[in-house]
Amino acid sequence: MDTNTILVGLAGVLALAAPILFAVIGETITERAGIINLSLNGTILLSAIGGFAVACETGSLLLGFLMGMLVGALVALIVAFSSITLRQSQVAVGFVLALLGRDLSYFLGTPYMNISGPRLAALPIPFLKDIPVLGPLFFRQDVLTYLSFAIIFLVWLWIFRTRPGLMLRGIGERPAAAFVRGANVNLMRYVYTIIGGAVIGLAGPAYSLNVKAGWMGYQSGLDGFGWIALSITIFGGWNPLRAAFGAYLFSLLQWLGLVLQPVLPGIPSQVLQVAPFPLMILTLLLVNISNAEWVERMLAAMPEGLRHVTTRLLRAMRASPPASLGVPFESE
Amino acid sequence: MDVELRDIYKTFGAVRANVGITLRVPAGTIQGILGENGAGKSTLMKILSGFMRADSGGIILDGRPVSIHSPADAIRCGVGMLHQDPLDFPPMRVIDNFILGRKGGLLPGQAEAARDFKRLAEQFGFSLNPDSYVDALTVGERQQLEILRLLWLGARALIFDEPTTGISAAQKEKLFAALRLLAEQGKTILFVSHKLEDVEGLCHRVAVLRQGYLVGEAQPPYTTKNLVEMMFGKSISAGERNPCAGGGSTLILDNLSVEDYRLKVRDVSLDVCRGEVIGLAGMEGSGQGLFLRAVSGMVRTVGGRILAGGKDLTGKSYHAFKRNGVAFLPAARLEEGLVSGLNLTEHFVLSEPPDGFFINWEQGGALARERIAGFNVKGTPASTVESLSGGNQQRALLALLRDPLALLLLEHPTRGLDIESTIYIWSKLKERCKQGTSIIFMSSDLDEILQYSDRVLVFFSGRVTPPLDASMLKTDKLGQLIGGKGWDEFTTGKSA
Repeated sequence: MDTNTILVGLAGVLALAAPILFAVIGETITERAGIINLSLNGTILLSAIGGFAVACETGSLLLGFLMGMLVGALVALIVAFSSITLRQSQVAVGFVLALLGRDLSYFLGTPYMNISGPRLAALPIPFLKDIPVLGPLFFRQDVLTYLSFAIIFLVWLWIFRTRPGLMLRGIGERPAAAFVRGANVNLMRYVYTIIGGAVIGLAGPAYSLNVKAGWMGYQSGLDGFGWIALSITIFGGWNPLRAAFGAYLFSLLQWLGLVLQPVLPGIPSQVLQVAPFPLMILTLLLVNISNAEWVERMLAAMPEGLRHVTTRLLRAMRASPPASLGVPFESE
Repeated sequence: MDVELRDIYKTFGAVRANVGITLRVPAGTIQGILGENGAGKSTLMKILSGFMRADSGGIILDGRPVSIHSPADAIRCGVGMLHQDPLDFPPMRVIDNFILGRKGGLLPGQAEAARDFKRLAEQFGFSLNPDSYVDALTVGERQQLEILRLLWLGARALIFDEPTTGISAAQKEKLFAALRLLAEQGKTILFVSHKLEDVEGLCHRVAVLRQGYLVGEAQPPYTTKNLVEMMFGKSISAGERNPCAGGGSTLILDNLSVEDYRLKVRDVSLDVCRGEVIGLAGMEGSGQGLFLRAVSGMVRTVGGRILAGGKDLTGKSYHAFKRNGVAFLPAARLEEGLVSGLNLTEHFVLSEPPDGFFINWEQGGALARERIAGFNVKGTPASTVESLSGGNQQRALLALLRDPLALLLLEHPTRGLDIESTIYIWSKLKERCKQGTSIIFMSSDLDEILQYSDRVLVFFSGRVTPPLDASMLKTDKLGQLIGGKGWDEFTTGKSA
């Protein structure tokens, strides 16, 4: 393989990661506020068909993307209403919505099976596209991929560098303390869940109008993205930058699966296709390994200097969830 | 700020928490609010700080009636509250905690906040690093942070809810100095406590609550007997030290070493005899908690040996320790000791050795009733543990312990309990000692350490004194050791 093929491939990896990125960033926003939106898989499929259908009927890509966001926001509203106002289990509601959304999308998608629809075109950025290496990698993408780059940094800035973002972290961490500091906890949870849902909703059309344009029902290959996105949110430690790393890693593993297939003919193609999933689980395990008892025992047996370094490293890798994730808030 | 509560009433169902309480506190006063657990202190303070609405009655600040609907309202009116467990955000930095809640633009204005933080901290002699994380701070330091934050938001009346629980003697001194300074500046301090010595040493005036009523007010010089009578409606006396039962060791530690990612405790050797009580003193996080968990088998040791009941248990699991008669009662009663959602009967059934596959509820219920009566727990066999008060949870935990025990390890056995419960708990513990159980307990209450221990180990950032005879030890000497002074006499070749 020559350099150019690799560059094009890697640029494809960045584009392919966009749907997962939107889902992960949206979920990160939601979970930072203390709400778990488990409906991801259903939301993404439903917004994919919704966005594709609207784009087909109106011929407008923009309306397609807006439809995806609307679908995501509406599902998120159901999650928010049932968990904040009705105080129902977020896990149970999320699972039901995930299954419902999935089946509903396959049902509603039947008329749109295997028809060609509009597709987002690439939009190379003048001058920047000609920079060696970086140009083909980053600046010959489409608008949505640029947006996926931008949203990582925007959300990171919001959460970690602004006053409202500070309060957002507070709400997910310890709502009672946020309440004492003047926050309307439940209202803010509604707002962030719906905004997060809208971002998640971008993941569907990002796939059905861009990465793999069209709708092929069960064959779309989109099913399962939601669950992976949920685990990447955890792996990413509720931090958009770390989460982006996870999304790109997953996307890269998927691409490697395709690229390596001709190189390693001895390995069945199914193995390479499925490999990213267990690899993600393995990464998750590594990140949280310091909780295990055998690690503790292994640490105790290490010489002192090494033990200190290892302990610190394990502690730095471990990400702790917002302490009040999934816990309803009531002011007395 | 002049604070006035006028004719406050508050009921929860059938419980009358506040009955017609009227209290006037002029600016610049440190007002003590004294009362046992459940006397209505917290309710009254929650009403003033906006956490609850009173059923009737009014709040008047500087002569003007105000209506306070939320804690945010309260701070706008100049009333701030420090909660017993500071309401802050442990995984965030000190400066983020400081800024959070302050109104302003999109950007948090770190530089300006850091400047104000430094200025305020200097004023009170608090040494807090704005960039350190709150979960690495002691409770005392977290209180300091909250004080600075509330002042920055413009608080002119500050409520302190049991602030001396869980902080060291040195930090208590610092806190009291800060409170006196605040009072001099004309701030109003409401100091809620059930600790007589704190109230007596600090407050300009004291109001005593009992069962929802304001039963009396007092001014210095206070007489302890008078205050106790007001609090309980009767006088109470503490138990006595009983000598070691003798007859062999229950626990031998041979050069025990244990550590976690920030602290090392090295080469502790100790021989505990039957019925002896060992107190572990030190600031929160000086190594005593780690040591206690190592002796209980919950934390793996990195060196030395542990012999309990004559058996070498070094490196064995918690269950092996338990089988050999070692029991551990953690400080976090609801998190680690009891199971929320299970009732008392279920707890007793769980703690008994398994007897067949099916549960004999009749027998379990009888056992629960017997133990509840024996330990004077205010609850029924069907009460869930989280519905019990702190004192009753602790009694329930003690009641759950099996007989016979070789060694009982306790973490803050009476933290947050009122005097009556404290004395009761210790009388039960001393009964155990008479049967030959040895006790090792840690506490941040120096008087508790000196009153109930036979020998004391003092911890200071991982260093440990040899066992000190409690009857020879004085409070001020102990306080110095806890603060890291006077350690030269213990310096040996081993501990650096």
